[in-house]
Amino acid sequence: MDLFLIGLIAATLRVATPLIFGTLGELFCERSGVLNLGIEGIMFLGAFSSFAVASQTGSLWLGLLAGIIAGLIAGWLMSLLTVRLGVNQHVSGLGFTLFWTGFSLYGFRLIFGEPKVPPKIPPFLQVSPFGDMPVLGPIFEQYLLTYVAFLLVPIVWWLVNRTRFGLKIRAIGENPEAADAAGLNVYRIRTQGLMIGGALMSVGGAFLSLAQLGAFTYGIIAGRGWVCIALIIFANWKAVGVLWGALIFGGVAALQLRLQTLGFDLPYELFLALPYLVTITALTIAGRNASAPAALLKAYKRE
Amino acid sequence: MYAVQMRGIVKRFGEVLANDHIDFNLLQGEIHALLGENGAGKTTLMRILYGLYHSDEGEITVNGKFSKILSPKDAIQMGIGMVTQHFTLVPTLSVAENLALSEESGFTLNPVVIQKNVAEASQRFGIQVKPGALVRYLSVGEQQRVEILKALYHNARVLILDEPTAVLVPQEVEVLFEALERFRKDGLSVIFISHKLNEVMTVCDRITVLRDGRVVGTVEKTATTQTELACMMVGRENFGVSRQGERSQGEVMLQVENLGARDKKGLLALKQISFSVRAGEIFGIAGVSGNGQTELSQVLAGTLKPSGGKYWVGGKDMTRADPAQLSCVGVGRIAEDRHASLVGELTVAENIALEYLDEFVNNGVLDRTRIRKNADKLISEYQIKASADDCIRTLSGGNMQKVILARTLSRQPVVVIASQPTRGLDVGATDYVRGKLLEQRDRGAAVLLLSEDLDEIMALADRIAVIYEGQIMGIIPANEATKEQLGLMMSGTASVTHDQAQEVESA
Amino acid sequence: MPKYRIERAPAPIWMRTFIPIAAIVVTFIITSILVIWAKANPLEAYYQFLISPLSNKVSAIEVLVKSTPLLLTGAAVAFAFSSGYWNIGAEGQLYAGAIMGAWLGMVLKEVSPFLGIPLMLAGGFLAGMLWALPPAVLKVKLNVDEVVTTLLLNSVILFLVSYFLNGPWRDPVSMWPQSPEIAHGTVFFKLIPRSRLHFGFIVAVVVIFIEWFVLARTAFGLRMRAVGLGKEAARFAGVNVNRTMLSAALISGGIAGLAGVGEIAGIHFHLIEAISDGLGYTGIIIATLGALNPLGIGLAALFIGLIDTGAQSVSRALGVPIYLGNVVQATLLLVTLAMFILQNYRIKRV
Repeated sequence: MDLFLIGLIAATLRVATPLIFGTLGELFCERSGVLNLGIEGIMFLGAFSSFAVASQTGSLWLGLLAGIIAGLIAGWLMSLLTVRLGVNQHVSGLGFTLFWTGFSLYGFRLIFGEPKVPPKIPPFLQVSPFGDMPVLGPIFEQYLLTYVAFLLVPIVWWLVNRTRFGLKIRAIGENPEAADAAGLNVYRIRTQGLMIGGALMSVGGAFLSLAQLGAFTYGIIAGRGWVCIALIIFANWKAVGVLWGALIFGGVAALQLRLQTLGFDLPYELFLALPYLVTITALTIAGRNASAPAALLKAYKRE
Repeated sequence: MYAVQMRGIVKRFGEVLANDHIDFNLLQGEIHALLGENGAGKTTLMRILYGLYHSDEGEITVNGKFSKILSPKDAIQMGIGMVTQHFTLVPTLSVAENLALSEESGFTLNPVVIQKNVAEASQRFGIQVKPGALVRYLSVGEQQRVEILKALYHNARVLILDEPTAVLVPQEVEVLFEALERFRKDGLSVIFISHKLNEVMTVCDRITVLRDGRVVGTVEKTATTQTELACMMVGRENFGVSRQGERSQGEVMLQVENLGARDKKGLLALKQISFSVRAGEIFGIAGVSGNGQTELSQVLAGTLKPSGGKYWVGGKDMTRADPAQLSCVGVGRIAEDRHASLVGELTVAENIALEYLDEFVNNGVLDRTRIRKNADKLISEYQIKASADDCIRTLSGGNMQKVILARTLSRQPVVVIASQPTRGLDVGATDYVRGKLLEQRDRGAAVLLLSEDLDEIMALADRIAVIYEGQIMGIIPANEATKEQLGLMMSGTASVTHDQAQEVESA
Repeated sequence: MPKYRIERAPAPIWMRTFIPIAAIVVTFIITSILVIWAKANPLEAYYQFLISPLSNKVSAIEVLVKSTPLLLTGAAVAFAFSSGYWNIGAEGQLYAGAIMGAWLGMVLKEVSPFLGIPLMLAGGFLAGMLWALPPAVLKVKLNVDEVVTTLLLNSVILFLVSYFLNGPWRDPVSMWPQSPEIAHGTVFFKLIPRSRLHFGFIVAVVVIFIEWFVLARTAFGLRMRAVGLGKEAARFAGVNVNRTMLSAALISGGIAGLAGVGEIAGIHFHLIEAISDGLGYTGIIIATLGALNPLGIGLAALFIGLIDTGAQSVSRALGVPIYLGNVVQATLLLVTLAMFILQNYRIKRV
């Protein structure tokens, strides 16, 4: 197989990783009926908190754990406002993004100051189960977290469609009145959905700072959270769709990097913009058949 | 032996006292009716029993034990099941998944297993359902059966049915009553909420009448009559508004030909409907809800594009008209859903002006004095209990309907399309609305009345049509119509032939 | 021991007027934690935030300067939200206006200010409208979620800016990624000599007033509000929902574009990548704090401008990272949202 293609596939898998984490996280939130526009901020928080803890303790795994905990807390805080109080989900989500972004930058500045060179830590190593094999070798030379991300797709599908917990989430996202009448605790399950979602989103951010970069920068998330918001619609709120969406977006993004090296004479910003434009186009086509959870964006109140 | 006892129940919603120190007892093995007008407090009381609401005061005893029911989960555990008017089913899940929703056991969910369980339960209780079907594709009657099975599946010994016959044709009602008799023999207790006197007298043992949140009395069926119950319900001897005498028929003002339309799911809800309405008559279309009335009213109101066919207003082709054009041409539209025709957060005056805004405007700027004056005039004319600057959402259902009437009827429309105009209104408001519709008829407007209330149709209409599964089953002059005949048409088992219908049309 | 119960009923009127104040107090209490983390005194920090900017003329003027784009983005977002159109793309539309401003500033070389300034305003408005057009059309014609499309376009336009600044518009002498300085005739004149307060502030105030008038006193405004508060009912009453939403979306984009052109013509005088540090998103905060009411938006914009200015002095005086300002604003938004809901509940003695 062509070296270009091998490199492209390997890069696609890597670029798709944070998108899979983020979008699966958003899936839990939205399937239970809550739009979580705080995703960009939570990914940011995940990147920061895991990096800060990892660099202070010297342990990448502790850093990852810190990221997961931060995500759980962020999800829980969001549930206080959107589930318990029922505030407008668009605005509160953006508010949380601004909050966690500001908080992370604040914390970073406090801990690391304003160094000329951004602080680095030795990142996670890649794992290559296929070693030196010609094709499979480089394609499967990925971070452990990448494997986890791809494994999560069938796991999440199973969780949503073949467990009682998943049934509850699906019911609450479609018809919370019915779920309430059936004896389910709508608030608690939505909170759980948000917390799981927050943790996954946070891991998506942690992947960037602990594995891909080994550093934390101002532009580390660069709008990936918003892409996940688009991808969940494109995926029609199904785990399988998340996989395809992340691969398509990741593929186009990875392609963009390589097209530059091939000496195409178009401005490289066009290629940077390409994945976003492709996503908008895909949304337009997919959007017409979209079947959003019926209770999405509606707060539930019992008298 | 009492299955359920409720003592001193009080429930307030803001300023409204929905339940005022209510005592209610249910004997084991009886079918007990909870009778009352819309807004009397029946549903509120039962929602408290089922744990959906918390009472402000009072206590509940189940099987002799004092119980705190804080959520439906508690109620289900105590053997109380409820089937409401708005089905609590999740449309995108299957029947089996819906039933599995309140199960506690197990982490995993195997579709084959749960479907088998449901099939067994269906056999055991004698209620026919399709376990693997997605709820969104079931008919209303089928969905209700699923609801009832759901309650029995969780070992309910007390079954609360909230207006169960509202969505059933007369023949399906009989099937339901047979099931209730079977339940009674099995020792189940049933609470039957209704406002339909004849049904209550047919199937129930005891009847408790509520009025304005208070218990008026509890009587044995054998010791009372429909008339007495009616008095208890409304507190006065007679009631109701109905048409007086015949009217001479004017020319055809609304003509509908082969109209078709799709519902929200994309299925054909309206199939080749044809009829006409003349000036000076009320043309009533009866039918159980869900047979295409909603789509018909939406097409004629301009909010749904038909999939085929045409319709004319006063000779003008208005088939693809939007609401603004219809208003211009003189069509007065009273929609099924008050909340979808009035903007809750805007004021009474703003809502009234909204439909004809261009008349209240000087170069794009609102003429607030004129808007206010117009609103004040209509408020006094239509006896609306609100001021022009009140937000619509603070008004009662009856007053909201009056605002809609004021906005629509004050324009002297040539055609009036009224969809379920008295749904959810109390007696006073209902009489008022019916009176207004008759007024329009006497004025010479062509009135199309779509109503699920057969009594209403029979009281007001000059000619009656029945709609079933998107088609007109027949058109009969009111003085020839009987409830039985209409009931048969409403359930699709009979139809007046095309020739007979033609005769009626040209009469 | 008396029992209390939370009941769903509107809170007494006297409580409502206290909500903004209560929100500010709660916000500061919560963010104190961060200040203490930085080993600084919270009271001193809030003095620097709120009082010190107003304590001298220079920084008081700076508050107005900082509020200028915020008044416009707040107005832009509120206009769209009023009609039920969730324009999250004010940031991108601002950049569109800025790009247009930079371009006009390059081509209108010898023009006089009497022509140049109006052209800048018109151009900025038009550019913002154009950038708002695709998501609006997709929403109205195909019901594509505008939240996502406007968000994604925010990212896309940053790439466009980068292209211009690193390519055709790059300063050939310094090789710095910034466009050439705009022509003299396109500069917004200063309102107070030797200060940073520029004509854009007047534009912003006028826009706020016009927006109030349109929403409260015109037929178009009533139709917009009807669509925003009850789309189905508005459609039933004959309002052309699609046309109304489209207009609201486009005008909203135009106003955001004005904010962008203001930053170019009044503050920076050439296009740089960092011309907006989230001004469009802050606009969403302001629109919410002001409860979509132009008067409230004016106050909210000034308040946020105050915090922005104060954040600089907090940072200078106490060594607290400047991002405290961002955190305070976000917290204020979340607390206010919570309070708007809590005002519908009452604690009753049982």
